[in-house]
Amino acid sequence: MDVTLKIKRFDPEAADPESFWQDFTVAIEENGTVLDALIKVREDHDGTFSLRCSCRSSICGSCAMRINGHAGLACKTQASDAIKDGVITVEPAGNMTVIKDLVVNFDSFWDKINQIEPYLKPEGPEPEAEYIASNESMLHLSSVTSCIMCGSCVSDCTVMEVDPTFLGPAALAKAYRFTADPRDGDAEGVSKDRLEELTKPSGMWDCTRCMECVTACPKGVAPMDRIMALRDQAIEAGFTNTNGARHTEAFSDSVEHSGWLDELRLVPKSVGMTNVSALVGYAPIAIQALTHGKMPSIIHKKLPQSENVRKIFDKVEGPEERPRKHN
Amino acid sequence: MKYAFFPGCVSRGGCPELYPATKLICERLGIELQEMPAASCTGAGVLQEKNQLLGDTLNARTFAMAEALDLPILTICSTCQGVMSQANHRLKEPEYLAKVNGFLAEEGLEYKGKANPKHLLWVLVEDVGLKKLLGLITRPLAGVRMAPFYGCYIVRPTDALEFEDHPDRQTALEQIIETIGATVVDFEGKTRCCGFPILTINERNSMAMVGKHTLEAKELGADAMITPCPLCHLNLDSFQPKAAAQAGRPIGLPILHMPQAIGLAMGLSPHDMGLRRHIVNTTPLEVALGIPER
Ligand code: SF4
Ligand code: SF4
Ligand code: FES
Repeated sequence: MDVTLKIKRFDPEAADPESFWQDFTVAIEENGTVLDALIKVREDHDGTFSLRCSCRSSICGSCAMRINGHAGLACKTQASDAIKDGVITVEPAGNMTVIKDLVVNFDSFWDKINQIEPYLKPEGPEPEAEYIASNESMLHLSSVTSCIMCGSCVSDCTVMEVDPTFLGPAALAKAYRFTADPRDGDAEGVSKDRLEELTKPSGMWDCTRCMECVTACPKGVAPMDRIMALRDQAIEAGFTNTNGARHTEAFSDSVEHSGWLDELRLVPKSVGMTNVSALVGYAPIAIQALTHGKMPSIIHKKLPQSENVRKIFDKVEGPEERPRKHN
Repeated sequence: MKYAFFPGCVSRGGCPELYPATKLICERLGIELQEMPAASCTGAGVLQEKNQLLGDTLNARTFAMAEALDLPILTICSTCQGVMSQANHRLKEPEYLAKVNGFLAEEGLEYKGKANPKHLLWVLVEDVGLKKLLGLITRPLAGVRMAPFYGCYIVRPTDALEFEDHPDRQTALEQIIETIGATVVDFEGKTRCCGFPILTINERNSMAMVGKHTLEAKELGADAMITPCPLCHLNLDSFQPKAAAQAGRPIGLPILHMPQAIGLAMGLSPHDMGLRRHIVNTTPLEVALGIPER
């Protein structure tokens, strides 16, 4: 099978280093992968073409790149599935600086992993014998420990794109691997210090819930879902003095009591009623909205039968509440 | 063609222009909309953050109401669509469904698992058909370069949104743009995040996203942006001046709700489409289309 690859290239040693696109057509086997095709390019066409790979079986995490605009492992992507309008477009992973061709600098990736202190930090007294963690708790963690540190999630994260200080999906998922471990944190397994640290700016509340990382991850780690679980743990552990926690509470309150969203009160409740400077910042937009007839009604009417919605809140949030930590 | 209408909170709150615009174009398309006044908010992913079971139960309640009417659900918000699709996906598991129905029993409701919530965007492409839509276009938006902006929840995750069974969903918005006579401006940001969910949490980042997408589309020559998501509209339109101030350069890119763009192409007036309620001035676009000022 012949495949045409459109590759974004970069040579730092060129007289005028700028990235450029180059097309190659190579012959690979019917069931060949994008990585097979790229290796062919290097072997048959251009020995200077650089990329990272090792295991060729989605274990080592070396070959993450953008294929047709979205991050994934080249060795896990069938070339035949990736052909769009006759070509496969390949670019280096995003949100990291390019060293050469498809090779990117992972320093920022590892810095963030290190930032969350990726090791167990028990706070209580040392156990007298070995710590017996339940099977269930370890099985629950296996979804996160299956991360192969490929950086696909980081490549496509919408927040990292505008804010390089954001901890990002891989590091936050890794943090959850510890906050959800019964051996980490206090005697109850609550990782208070960690959670407090992670509620700070650039942490868990900065995620937009865009799901790019969930889609990109080749290992089913679903980083965004872990970030949502972190938020839940943080609120549970009492870290509620953040705009994010207030936003979730205010939203939930509004639906519970009226059946739908009271947008007008959501903003002041999220930034905090006493946060005058932030509220003043919204004033010009509120005035504009008002003069354009865009302001939600001051009187937030309850939906008919909203008492039934409330009853559901009572029933579900009562004893049935889903477990936060499996220990 | 009749649907149980789920307008969502924002089309009646922060984007009040969307609701009447939708009603007007649906009338012309022969789509009858039956309201479900007691249906609650979907939870928008925020409630699900706190308690997924709770969110799923509220959506199952809405699904059961539509089943009782024996009608498919029509939504006009990418976020509502995504949240409903995800809930419905999880509710395919019989044990989970039974548990959720347990919470609905007191109200006399039971969800049988038959609901199929569909955004108007999908309804147009899959149920109404673009041919029919084309037949109703009396003022093609010829010469208008339009950038699509989907909204995260209507493009991810693809399994819950059943993209495999409905490959058209991947390009539905571009197909609409072409049908109403405009030209598609393809740009990287079209399936990215508008930044709305973190507006009150990290406004700087949220505004940076608005600036990035609108400026990218503008640089590629877009005259307007079109979105099926009122939350994206809120951020991209209402907050565009703020994003421009942060970016240190003017933007001025009109953002149209999908039904508004369709309505204009059907010959409906900018006033009826609620364009006067926008923050970013849409008159240059109207002038370019030769629509007389009121
Ligand atoms: S869901 Fe959050 S962490 Fe994941 S890509 Fe989007 S913003 Fe980044
Ligand atoms: S979470 Fe998934 S995408 Fe992110 S580094 Fe780990 S394996 Fe790769
Ligand atoms: S080469 Fe190891 S993951 Fe692709």
